[in-house]
Amino acid sequence: MSDVTILGAGVLGLAIATELRDRGITPRIIDPNGAPGPHGCSWWAGGMLAPHCESESAEPAVVRLGADAAEWWQAHGAQVTHRGTLVLAMSRDRAELDRFARMTDAHRTVSADDIAALEPELGTRISRGLFYETEGHLNPRQALAALRDGLHIETQGQPSGLIVDARGLSARDALPDLRGVRGEMMVIRCPEVQLTRTIRLLHPRIPLYIVPRGDGIYMLGATMLETGAKSRVTARAAVELLSAAYALHSAFAEAEILELGADARPAFPDNLPRLRRRGNTLYANGLYRHGYLLAPAVARMAADHITLGTRPEFMDEDHP
Amino acid sequence: MPVFYGTEVANPLMLGTALYPSPAIMADAFRASGAGIATVSLRREGGGGQDFHALIRGLSIPVLPNTAGCHSVREAVTTAQMARELFDTPWIKLEVIRDDDTLCPDVIALVEAARILSDDGFQVFPYCTEDLSVCGRLLDAGCQVLMPWGAPIGSGRGLNNPYGLRSLRAHFPDVPLVVDAGIGLPSHAAQAMELGYDAVLLNTAVAKAGDSVAMARAMALAIQAGQLAHAANPIEARDMAAPSTPLFGMAVLS
Repeated sequence: MSDVTILGAGVLGLAIATELRDRGITPRIIDPNGAPGPHGCSWWAGGMLAPHCESESAEPAVVRLGADAAEWWQAHGAQVTHRGTLVLAMSRDRAELDRFARMTDAHRTVSADDIAALEPELGTRISRGLFYETEGHLNPRQALAALRDGLHIETQGQPSGLIVDARGLSARDALPDLRGVRGEMMVIRCPEVQLTRTIRLLHPRIPLYIVPRGDGIYMLGATMLETGAKSRVTARAAVELLSAAYALHSAFAEAEILELGADARPAFPDNLPRLRRRGNTLYANGLYRHGYLLAPAVARMAADHITLGTRPEFMDEDHP
Repeated sequence: MPVFYGTEVANPLMLGTALYPSPAIMADAFRASGAGIATVSLRREGGGGQDFHALIRGLSIPVLPNTAGCHSVREAVTTAQMARELFDTPWIKLEVIRDDDTLCPDVIALVEAARILSDDGFQVFPYCTEDLSVCGRLLDAGCQVLMPWGAPIGSGRGLNNPYGLRSLRAHFPDVPLVVDAGIGLPSHAAQAMELGYDAVLLNTAVAKAGDSVAMARAMALAIQAGQLAHAANPIEARDMAAPSTPLFGMAVLS
């Protein structure tokens, strides 16, 4: 199989193209919106490579498939920050921290002094947290640009050869069990605060994360709403994200708001990815909130299927 | 089995649909527990769009939409009207929240909203406190079921005021009563049923458990045990021991 057309230039489409190119196949890529940008949900992601933290609510497969993600991204031009994840809770939400610790692995409990040593900006105000030393994060837009480099994206044209449909939520026309899970995020600039790693702040209503993007820029995310609506960020979401950030560090009150973003993540009912082969089309979809974490593994599976004919994990339909 | 507004439901467990790790796990929890009613939020916290509502309808049990997240009479009434259109049911779980940290019901606004909705043909399930006079006012407003809290929503503290819940039961022997909110463990749910309550409504305790499906089943079993125990007319607690073997007539071992 040497003639392959990928539909969709989001994180998964580009990761599959990259995997194929590594195996000597140069696929065509068609996306009516062209290069990655605000039209796709990959653009708005947090970029956390945090399989252990995700396992609080995700299936064990997510931890396993995400294990090599950081290495893959680094090998393909993304700058991965390996500083771990710090999970914190305000003292009144201490029970949330205990639950999170119980539900996840690969962490150690850190004291107020440990927290101050890891992130001096936070001081010793927070008495206890969890540190996931092996985790990391990347900047999604830089990572997308690195994958795109050297790939040609057509905005129109007829697909030829084997079709790989990686259109995300747009593939609902063919995948009726795909649904959208809305997320809202914000990018702020706050040079007074110097955090070096992803911080998650647990709260019974608003689980917030802050991902540093360098130069005093931070991504705040993200809401999780069972709807595919892509309308603009609501006042409620903005208030929730900002007040949680402010609770973590009062200097965030002075931040400049650079961006507000909202989009819908493509997900299947069990929130796990799927590969589906129907005739000449291979559908790859459903990365849910794990786009950058799972794209490498799912892309590898898709490329193996195309080049070796293997039937990958998470292939639930196979009608060649 | 409990009868709400003339409709008998198949199981006294009323289960919420928010906060599960995935819709697939939610559906499994419903199947494992045999829950009689699915509650669903219309507003954004835990609520959802068309796809999610289709998943809820796919559970094939009666749906009780709620007005979670509403802070005023007007918001609650508007949300109830939307719910009636979306789910094609006159049932509405009426929540009017006073304070975001305790999610304490605003009972004054609740009574007013209950009257407006009852007059408009809704069958209202009010989320209330165990206060006798508030409950009396809700019945006056047209409610034919009462849903007092066990403890604040999501707190998992169980029944904070068993005395108050018992006296509510005694005061309104013929009104269907549901303990709504605060359940953390199956023993809490069993206790509510032992008090003679007709049903238990819970969500977080199942959705946020490490194994939602197993916990849903545990809750259903506890509710069944509590219901059986209440019907079996349990003994009264007493201060002194009461031997279960007669003292007289013991064999004389000499």
